[in-house]
Amino acid sequence: MDYVIEMLGIRKQFGDFVANDNITLQLKKGEIHALLGENGAGKSTLMNVLFGLYQPEAGTIKVHGKEVKISDPNKANDFGIGMVHQHFMLVENFTVTENIILGNEPTKMGLVNIRDAAKKVQALSEKYGLNVDANAKIEDISVGMQQRVEILKTLYRGADILIFDEPTASLTPQEITELMQIMKRLIDEGKSIILITHKLKEIMEVSDRVTIIRKGKGIGTVVTADTNPDQLAEMMVGRQVVFKTEKQQAHPTDIVLNIENLTVADNRGIDKVKRLNLTVRAGEIVGIAGIDGNGQSELVEAITGLRKVKQGTVTLKGKNITGLKPRKIMESGIGHIPQDRHKHGLVLDFPIGHNIVLQTYYQKPISKAGIIDYKKVNEIAKRIITEFDVRTPNEMTLARSLSGGNQQKAIIGREIDRDPDLLIAALPTRGLDVGAIEFIHKRLIEQRDKGKAVLLISFELDEVMNVSDRIAVIHDGSIIDIVKPSETNEQELGLLMAGQSLHHDQKKVGDE
Amino acid sequence: MSKHMTNILVPLISILLGLIVGAIVMSLSGFSPIDGYIALWNGVFGDSYNLGETIRQITPYIFAGLAVAFAFRTGLFNIGVEGQLIVGWLAAAYVGYAFDLPKIIHIPLALLAAAVAGGLWAFVPGLLKAKLQVHEVIVTIMMNYIALHVVNASIATLSDGAEKTEKIHESASLRSPFLESITDYSRLHWGIIVAIIAVFVMWFLLEKTTRGFELKAVGFNQDASEYAGMNVGKNIILAMVISGIFAGLGGAMEALGTFGNISKLTGFTGIGFDGIAVALLGANQPFGVLLGAILFGSLKNGGLNMPNEAGIPMEIVSIVTALIIFFVASGYIIRVTLERLSKKKKEEK
Repeated sequence: MDYVIEMLGIRKQFGDFVANDNITLQLKKGEIHALLGENGAGKSTLMNVLFGLYQPEAGTIKVHGKEVKISDPNKANDFGIGMVHQHFMLVENFTVTENIILGNEPTKMGLVNIRDAAKKVQALSEKYGLNVDANAKIEDISVGMQQRVEILKTLYRGADILIFDEPTASLTPQEITELMQIMKRLIDEGKSIILITHKLKEIMEVSDRVTIIRKGKGIGTVVTADTNPDQLAEMMVGRQVVFKTEKQQAHPTDIVLNIENLTVADNRGIDKVKRLNLTVRAGEIVGIAGIDGNGQSELVEAITGLRKVKQGTVTLKGKNITGLKPRKIMESGIGHIPQDRHKHGLVLDFPIGHNIVLQTYYQKPISKAGIIDYKKVNEIAKRIITEFDVRTPNEMTLARSLSGGNQQKAIIGREIDRDPDLLIAALPTRGLDVGAIEFIHKRLIEQRDKGKAVLLISFELDEVMNVSDRIAVIHDGSIIDIVKPSETNEQELGLLMAGQSLHHDQKKVGDE
Repeated sequence: MSKHMTNILVPLISILLGLIVGAIVMSLSGFSPIDGYIALWNGVFGDSYNLGETIRQITPYIFAGLAVAFAFRTGLFNIGVEGQLIVGWLAAAYVGYAFDLPKIIHIPLALLAAAVAGGLWAFVPGLLKAKLQVHEVIVTIMMNYIALHVVNASIATLSDGAEKTEKIHESASLRSPFLESITDYSRLHWGIIVAIIAVFVMWFLLEKTTRGFELKAVGFNQDASEYAGMNVGKNIILAMVISGIFAGLGGAMEALGTFGNISKLTGFTGIGFDGIAVALLGANQPFGVLLGAILFGSLKNGGLNMPNEAGIPMEIVSIVTALIIFFVASGYIIRVTLERLSKKKKEEK
């Protein structure tokens, strides 16, 4: 058999918690092998075992058919195993080459020989089509390119087996496409790849085989060509998953949110939202589709009062809320699931229960005469935790120690429980697995069906297409078109997001 | 090892290690560690006089510790407790001798003056931080120097060029013939009661009130607090002022209790800076601060007895007491070592 890596019956335990229980993964030479599992299923643990960061309690690891013991990451490097981490480990103000040779600097008479190293890095970059400038500083290059630097790092150290840990989590759709091509290129050059992910679309697109793990147990390995996303999702979650959330036709009524001529500047004073107009009615979900950085964050911050409005008005149910304080805006009936749940959504060092009352702690019945009734706080927290299926030991657990999905569920529970007329959901499913995504989409649609207005901001086309009733495409700070999901497709949206007005093009064609 | 056991063992081992290393230092310098520690013990608990003096010494440490801890809990580093304490001291001393009032009004008024002075002194760095994002560490350090020289200049002005202010009136004094008589005429005063009340006030404020919830939230995460509709700037200023109030009251203890006036200061008292260590020893918890202040006050006062009774020079005494505090503060290292050891045992099994 020509397996390059075999992990057989691996078991890893932390105290009483079994993170990996009898998991087997066999990587063939020249294949992209996906490792699929929900957040917390044990994917990272398994890979850390392979990379020598953890020692397994049971099971064997074979490299090229020979049984080995990988005691530390250096050993893993010696076996040709390289890891592209999810969170890049790069020194911001070092150049690409400096980062690559870090910890393993080639020297010439006691001095670091950076010039030869840079040449070697440049050559590698060209060989694999990575398009990286060896002398650029990390802080000056895009996230996608930083990731390619991480790939280069492993190649420079002679890796034949590359582990990609959730590589697409922070990439834009274009960068994801590029990454897929790079992975295929690596395979053509004789490398083998393990791809850790919970995104089914990517698996279907690039992988040859898939190993699925669930709650620390190996569920099985399937050939990608013989399977489909539904089957994979079911194997991963352990039950049937609905991708396309069922929903009825929307029945929009009165205008809830009306934005007119809105201009907003970013921290550097550059206009990010430019004379933007948008309305959202009760009983509909309006999705804002667009590439990251086209003014989405500034728009949301301006509506919720977190950022100054330079020009224009925001009206909520006929009441002008432009320039009001965030609390006043919230009290007028806006719920906001923030884009960055760690920065804005939660006080991570507060118990999850305190976080659930983060906006209502001063109101009756929680607070009376300046004293908080913590019994009441816990009561409310418990109710929301149950209603929104937040998996936590109890309401006093620190928000920091919950998984991303459960943190997000707590935020959504908190926002929906305040029963706002307008719910703004900014990237509500970022980094979450299919189970949690399904749950969140259902809740958004539920709000709509209750006659509330929902404004959804997302970078994921699938999400916008599935959940929204109308799609407003944002480009360079303005809404350039509004389309219905039933009357459009991903290609068309992609073009709009890139700033091409469809009507224009059609006209041009007609003119000629 | 159970968590409960570790919690008891860690401080005990820490103090023991501190004592051992302190003993080595004393032996190397040619002094008997046994005599030294007996003198230390006697200095703390030996007789009612020493016990009274120890408790008196603990009182300002409690306030300084609370001031620093309160700031830490609300995300601020108030290194200006020293300055806030000495302006509070002056304010209390002034009100103590300049007015003639019944005791029931005079003491609260003097305490209030100290609180206002300390609070105002902290208001400046709070305002600068909230409005202009100037780091509070820089401003509070500078405010310490301003306090020192302003207070000295004020003493000179108020006392017509003398080295100290007049003594406060009896009606403003926290001293008590009763406490003095049961402690063999030590300077023990009612301030310790005020300090313990302050411990409860800090606990109540942070753990029970709506304002405390906001102050803590802003301390942990300003972005999320702003998102949740809290006024971040206002809370930063308020947190700083409350911290300054605790510090100012610490100064009042010296004015109304221990000394009855304020003398020209040749340098900082050090209480405010020790307050940082007291707060950290107490993990920034009000009741922890109380324990930290007891340790600090005891070592400080007990240490004074070591030169007299055991002939150990003050310099060595300072090293020994510093070592004990060092080991208590590094309880984290001991905790980790203990956990490693118990883990290894498990693995061997």
